[in-house]
Amino acid sequence: MSLQDKYKELIDTARSSGTDNLQVNETDGVLHISGEAPSGAVKDNLWNIYGKIDPNFLTGDVVMDIKVATAVEGAKLEVVTQSSNLNVRKGPGTDQPIIGKAGHKEIVSLVSKHSDQWWLIRTKDGEEGYAHAQYLKPVE
Amino acid sequence: MRNKQLSIAFLCLALAFMVACKGKPSDTQIQAKVTEQLSGMPEVTADVKEGVVTLAGNVPDEAARTAAETKVAAVEGVKSITNNIMVTPPAPPAPVVDTTAAPVNAADEALRTGVADITKDFPGVDVKVDAGVISVTGELSAAKWKTLKQALDGLHPKKVDASGLKVK
Repeated sequence: MSLQDKYKELIDTARSSGTDNLQVNETDGVLHISGEAPSGAVKDNLWNIYGKIDPNFLTGDVVMDIKVATAVEGAKLEVVTQSSNLNVRKGPGTDQPIIGKAGHKEIVSLVSKHSDQWWLIRTKDGEEGYAHAQYLKPVE
Repeated sequence: MRNKQLSIAFLCLALAFMVACKGKPSDTQIQAKVTEQLSGMPEVTADVKEGVVTLAGNVPDEAARTAAETKVAAVEGVKSITNNIMVTPPAPPAPVVDTTAAPVNAADEALRTGVADITKDFPGVDVKVDAGVISVTGELSAAKWKTLKQALDGLHPKKVDASGLKVK
């Protein structure tokens, strides 16, 4: 069974739920899926389907990068750390000094995206700095 | 009488001049012979001025530099030689690995930076990058692994190999 068949439900759902710039390529036995989901809920759903087909994502035959279209400048973002505060840094990188913290579940706003990984945010106290995007989820 | 003396003196002078000419080749003559001697070494140039030969150019080794000087020294009329020939060893063959491996390494470096930024919040796992492939080993809860996998996939690796990972 080809990878496209194995992950057919995932690809079909991505397509039907309005994922922009959807790209599906198979390279060296790995299916690369990327695109921009219209909402965080769609992204979550796609990851749930992926986890259903490949429990715990352990096979290693998919690399999926789904961004969320609502994560645009000025958008409200929720801090989705496990429980701790999120470090806000002077520059984009963990080698940069920490200039502040954003609380767990705090709502911050997106100022700009330095890269896919590092976003410039403004906390509710008005502090601006860079935080890692993996802990920031657009509020819908 | 006076005229005869003068003509003899003149004759002597002319003779001396001719002898001098014969015994001392002109720069042009030297240049021609030097060029002939160096015909096998196109990378070497010679400039002759009042019997002094200045050699210039680039040769691959010291032996060729000395050889050029020896050849020129044998030319009649050469008073001295200024050897300005530079020895430039041929560039080592371009390392083949560089052209193919370098971009991979550069990509790996970018991946490693991204991975380091992500994994500092995931104690208990070891994440390695090699040739675009991220390998994860250790132990994680299912929820944390999902977060980590999403973040790692966002770095666009060729593959995320979790075969060495234990999900609790």
